[in-house]
Amino acid sequence: MDTSNCFHCGNEIIKKDEIAFDDKYFCCNGCKTVYEIFSLNDMSCYYDFQASPGATPLDINGKYDFLGDDTIVARLLDFQEEGTHIVSLYIPHIHCSSCIWILENLQRLQEGIGNSIVNFPEKKVRITYNPEKTNLKQIFELLCSIGYEPYISLDNYEEGKKTVDRSLVYKIGVAFFCFGNIMLLSFPEYFEVNEFWINQYRGFLRWLIFALSLPSFLYSASGYYVAAWRSIKAKMLNIEIPIALGIIVMFVRSTVDIIFDYGQGFFDSMCGLIFFMLLGKLFQMKTYSFLSFERDYKSYFPIAITKILPDGTELPVQVYDIEKGDRLLIRNQELIPVDGILISEKASIDYSFVTGEAVAIEKKSGDKVFAGGKQIGKVIEIEVLFSVSQSYLTQLWSNDVFQKKVDIKHKTITDKISRYFTPALLGLALVSFLYWIFISVDTAFNVFTAILIVACPCALALTAPFTQGNVLRIMGNRKLYLKNAMVIEQLAKVDTIVFDKTGTITTNKKTSITYEGAVLNDFELQLLCNALRGSNHPLSRRLYDFIPKQNRMDPTHFEEILGKGIYATFEEGTIKLGSSQFLAHMSENTHKKTKVHVEINGVYKGSYVFNNQYRVGLEQLFERLAKSYNLVVLSGDNDGERKILEKMLPASTTLVFHQTPEQKLTYIEQLQQQGKNVMMVGDGLNDSGALAQSNIGISISEDVNVFSPACDGILDASQFQKIGFFMQFSKNAMKIIYMSFTLSLLYNVVGLSYAVTGNLHPIVAAIIMPLSTITIVSFVTIMSAIFSKVSK
Amino acid sequence: MSVIYLLISISILVAIVFLYAFIRAVRSGQFDDDYTPSVRVLFDDELKIKTTTNTNKKEEQKPI
Repeated sequence: MDTSNCFHCGNEIIKKDEIAFDDKYFCCNGCKTVYEIFSLNDMSCYYDFQASPGATPLDINGKYDFLGDDTIVARLLDFQEEGTHIVSLYIPHIHCSSCIWILENLQRLQEGIGNSIVNFPEKKVRITYNPEKTNLKQIFELLCSIGYEPYISLDNYEEGKKTVDRSLVYKIGVAFFCFGNIMLLSFPEYFEVNEFWINQYRGFLRWLIFALSLPSFLYSASGYYVAAWRSIKAKMLNIEIPIALGIIVMFVRSTVDIIFDYGQGFFDSMCGLIFFMLLGKLFQMKTYSFLSFERDYKSYFPIAITKILPDGTELPVQVYDIEKGDRLLIRNQELIPVDGILISEKASIDYSFVTGEAVAIEKKSGDKVFAGGKQIGKVIEIEVLFSVSQSYLTQLWSNDVFQKKVDIKHKTITDKISRYFTPALLGLALVSFLYWIFISVDTAFNVFTAILIVACPCALALTAPFTQGNVLRIMGNRKLYLKNAMVIEQLAKVDTIVFDKTGTITTNKKTSITYEGAVLNDFELQLLCNALRGSNHPLSRRLYDFIPKQNRMDPTHFEEILGKGIYATFEEGTIKLGSSQFLAHMSENTHKKTKVHVEINGVYKGSYVFNNQYRVGLEQLFERLAKSYNLVVLSGDNDGERKILEKMLPASTTLVFHQTPEQKLTYIEQLQQQGKNVMMVGDGLNDSGALAQSNIGISISEDVNVFSPACDGILDASQFQKIGFFMQFSKNAMKIIYMSFTLSLLYNVVGLSYAVTGNLHPIVAAIIMPLSTITIVSFVTIMSAIFSKVSK
Repeated sequence: MSVIYLLISISILVAIVFLYAFIRAVRSGQFDDDYTPSVRVLFDDELKIKTTTNTNKKEEQKPI
């Protein structure tokens, strides 16, 4: 075993913090405690399934006090009855088989837990417990103490119970049952032998087939009738119209056929068609159950927070019940749910949820603090200015963009084709009917129905779902998770890409700082450190964190010149820090780097270089995209980085700074009014408006399991430079769809040539239908696999 | 002769039973999570072996 990594969590052990216990090495006390809990309970085989599976337990002191409140608990439970409570908890840390094992053996750690069942893909655990022996708060504390902190937010409080819609699966089950049995029963008649045996049972078999087709016709295909009716009412020619028409005509004609003993009918083809089309629907419906694309601020906000009553007692209060003038207690790592005024002396607030910027901002007593910030450090107190719904951040969600349903936003490619296909088909059917009616009325009806039957665009309707479903999967393997298959079409149409700056084209990770120049001795470092202490400039804060801690010295004179640097005088010497202009030191200024120069006692020493935090491959990506797209960088920050960006990015890139979340939204809206198809790539909550407004919102996430605002797709940050590939691939996907449209139309032509001449036998229909489906499905699968390899 | 009627009725009946079983399985949520059970099924064996070896170890350690 590698001793430099923690036995429990696998993190690297810092030598001085190392804890040895039971011949194992741990990085911190928390990890050791978890190991102790497990080994005391004979559960150390947790470590056998996977090496170092754990997470360091965090300090949760008081965080879940609100779970003592019965009304809050009742909202969280799935099921509640005397003696039995069931709760489903989302635990982001679930990642391996050890996690499943430990979470399914919770009853050995805490009395009162009946059983717990993990749903790995959804990262959820469903715990049944006895409320008389234990309670939700204890369960939360137990989970936290073993490093599996559940994630719980205002969303859980609001949403209530979710009902899962499984009707598509039922429909497929019924359709397959009907299809399979009908196929078996209609087999004897395919051979059209006039044998005594077959003639004997013909009537029985036909009526049995009729009866078996009813569930499929009435139940499984019902979705198509509804959709067709809806599109007729909306005066649109959807693909559902010829499908529904085809199915109904098939059923009526077949029924007529068997009543008057004309033949066996097309029940087999009809049920096959319904089954295959439903299968296509299922294929398209592939979703990423562990991701959520519908998040708003509620998924980030806590359910309850601690309120301080005038007499000093602390009381958990539900965030919707917070009123103006209340005093709240915000603990370390807790989110501030409302706008307020800081009462405590000092606070350090991390607005990374809101802005994507990870550097914490210092606030002093009396400063305004905004909802969405996270307190880092000591416990603070704030006085409430606005309630939750009136706070600055949450107001963004009252914008109309968040209210409207997104599904109706676009017309799909299949709909576009069917706008021509449907009238053409109906026209052809009518023309052939009129032609035949002068020859024979019987044949005329035969031909008319045969055309509608054989042209029923089964393959056409399957093309787009199968291609898109497949592309969705391939993209998912490459860590771009799209909300649904429709997004791919939109992706192919995009002509303008808007990027957010902070957190999107830059990384959130701490930037590395390097020093260039004459080595500083301890005394000089001490001067530097003490000069930095007084400064609030972000670069100073970061440099202060970077250099080793030194003894405190108080400057006799301290001056900070905005935008330039610091000048500080100590009894022992003077120090000047800042830009090269400020120090009057001219070096080869590359501009691509942010530097802080140091001068001590009038002698230039060197500079600290802040290596730029732009993502790897940014320049190449923009260069590539600039060829075919309009690029915009939209930033909420000041334009301090404008020069650097202008140098790095192609000249055609538009740079816009100082954008509030609302301005970002309107900026996208303006682009759309110019007729552009906009894709927004963003991350933090401040981009939510823009993500929702744009035709496609892609959110970049360092860890896809954690947080991302509502969007159409989530891209793993490590794949950022591949955006070009995804754009190209989506365009190729559309090409595949066009190709297989042609293919399926060819099948239609073949089928129609039978139908128009009045020679459509049930067996021909029964062969053409599945054959075309199989061809299309395999063609599409092979082509998308090829294109995923070819596109770079 | 009429055995055909009987046979076909039986075959349809069996198919209906399967359909019913399928729908019941879907309704009970059996197909909602198709990954975890595959992991879970491997645990029970390991658990037994592990707990026995663990207790053995403890017993060995105590006298020392």
